[in-house]
Amino acid sequence: MTEALLSVRGLSKRFGGVQALNGVSLDLEAGEVLALAGDNGAGKSTLIKAISGVHRHDEGEIRLAGEAVAFDTPQDARARGIETIYQDLALADNLSIGANIFLGREPKRRLFGLLPVLDRTHMAEAARTTMARLDFHVDRLDAPVSTFSGGQRQAVAIGRAIYWNARILIMDEPTAALGVPEQRKVLALVRSLKAQGKGVIFISHNLGDIFAVADRIVVLRRGVKAGERRTAETDADEVVRLMVGG
Amino acid sequence: MPMSSISSIPSPATNGGRAILLRIAELRAWLFLLILVVFFEAWARIVYGTSFILNPYNLQSIGIFAVAPLLLALGQTFVIISAGIDLSVGFTMGLAAVVAAHAANLGPDIGLGPVPAMLLGLAAGIAVAFVPGLVNGWLIAHLKVPPFIGTLGMYGVARGTAFLIAGGTTVPVANAWFSTIGNGRIAGIPTVVLITIIAALAMHYLLSQTRFGQHTYAIGANRNAALRAGIDVRRHAIRLYLLSAVCAGLAGSLYAARFAAGAAQAGEPLLLDSIAAVVIGGASLFGGSGTIGGTIAGALVIAVIQYGLVFIDVEPFWQFVAVGVVIIISVLVDQSQRRLARGRQDD
Repeated sequence: MTEALLSVRGLSKRFGGVQALNGVSLDLEAGEVLALAGDNGAGKSTLIKAISGVHRHDEGEIRLAGEAVAFDTPQDARARGIETIYQDLALADNLSIGANIFLGREPKRRLFGLLPVLDRTHMAEAARTTMARLDFHVDRLDAPVSTFSGGQRQAVAIGRAIYWNARILIMDEPTAALGVPEQRKVLALVRSLKAQGKGVIFISHNLGDIFAVADRIVVLRRGVKAGERRTAETDADEVVRLMVGG
Repeated sequence: MPMSSISSIPSPATNGGRAILLRIAELRAWLFLLILVVFFEAWARIVYGTSFILNPYNLQSIGIFAVAPLLLALGQTFVIISAGIDLSVGFTMGLAAVVAAHAANLGPDIGLGPVPAMLLGLAAGIAVAFVPGLVNGWLIAHLKVPPFIGTLGMYGVARGTAFLIAGGTTVPVANAWFSTIGNGRIAGIPTVVLITIIAALAMHYLLSQTRFGQHTYAIGANRNAALRAGIDVRRHAIRLYLLSAVCAGLAGSLYAARFAAGAAQAGEPLLLDSIAAVVIGGASLFGGSGTIGGTIAGALVIAVIQYGLVFIDVEPFWQFVAVGVVIIISVLVDQSQRRLARGRQDD
């Protein structure tokens, strides 16, 4: 059997007297969308923060393609191809798509072979090709991202991740703040990531969204895994029962 | 309806009318400048029968009027784009002027010739500005003091220190070379104006073409985004306030050179002028926007108002009214610009 892209085994995390996560295991394959469901306080955030390097877990193991890893910071996780897209997207609204993709690691060229300047052409080209991979065709590459809609901004945040070769994308409630047409576009983005062989962990309160894009659903309840189902073999009623218990 | 592709939404940037309006708002400082010049030109032709703008003496005077406010505004532009503010620049400039004057006078005592003594004076004015700059940056970046409060404290500290070092009076400079820098000309252009032009070009390069500039915009728009992108936001803040202080230090040194004297109150009226130049130039006090080109235009607007009102023989106090009105108009334009920009397509 080949190793899973991401494999989490027996992960536990305690904050003071609260057992936030208790022996949770899951696998994520390349080209798979795994939904993480659960009520507030079920441990979804703690789990993704452990995977993305924000929190160090107390017990258990995280393996990337079979190799045990330990992240001290989100930068460590990002360097290994794990990117988290938070709800606020972390975009600089006043900058272009290219400038956002390269924020903190801007390419430079030399003007007249002498003076180093930002290579805006390279940034714009990278923005164009990256966004095209997400089926998002931009005509004004110098426009600040504040001029784009919610779904398009989501695409920019995802584009930044895939430009830097993210293999695993963790999306935290990506549709929560959007109108219905924009939600559809984000779901289309998730499918496009799947088609490109990325592993996606998709956190959502919206069972409709989960059933629309996920291959599998892991349900958490009070820090433990309450169940795991293939989307094709379950329905919303069963998932809700797993979430609330009983 | 089938699942739509993300590409089905037109990019709102193609919305032509709004894009043009935004562009005009960005260029508002140059528009103000044009209106002012046309006004004074018309006045000069009708009342005096001469030209306002084609007179080299007037141009030189406007240039010299613009030197100190523009130098302060250059550093202030970076600070304001990062969503900060530096209220200490005026007295940092005064402190620099006093220290520059003392240092130039000290030169002969330590066996320096007049030219090295002059250079020592100029360098000392810039060097002393590092102190308020670094303290501002440290307070704001590491102790999380709000920029308004931290630099207001430094306003007082620099003010008191400058008067103490000056002994409560102005410090005359006994160095002829000093005055040569301050009042001399190179190719017919006042030396202080040339130095300011070079500083402005360097700042334009720094803001528009380097990572430092790019990170300044990003921090001003979304500090969290900058942090997550791995930018050292605290180190950046220290560098910003240092940059602002060094600009003020240069302004102080040039002040001492121009008047052959250092005065603690040298930059006192210039704090508001520097902020006004940045705001008239299109920067937002909320951070994230602004350009050096805009700030240059903003400083020229102020200089043209100040000189122009003297030129047409109006009571000089009107300049405060005029500059105030221009600031208010600028902020109103900025607000409507924001409303336009916020009106993004949400489908």
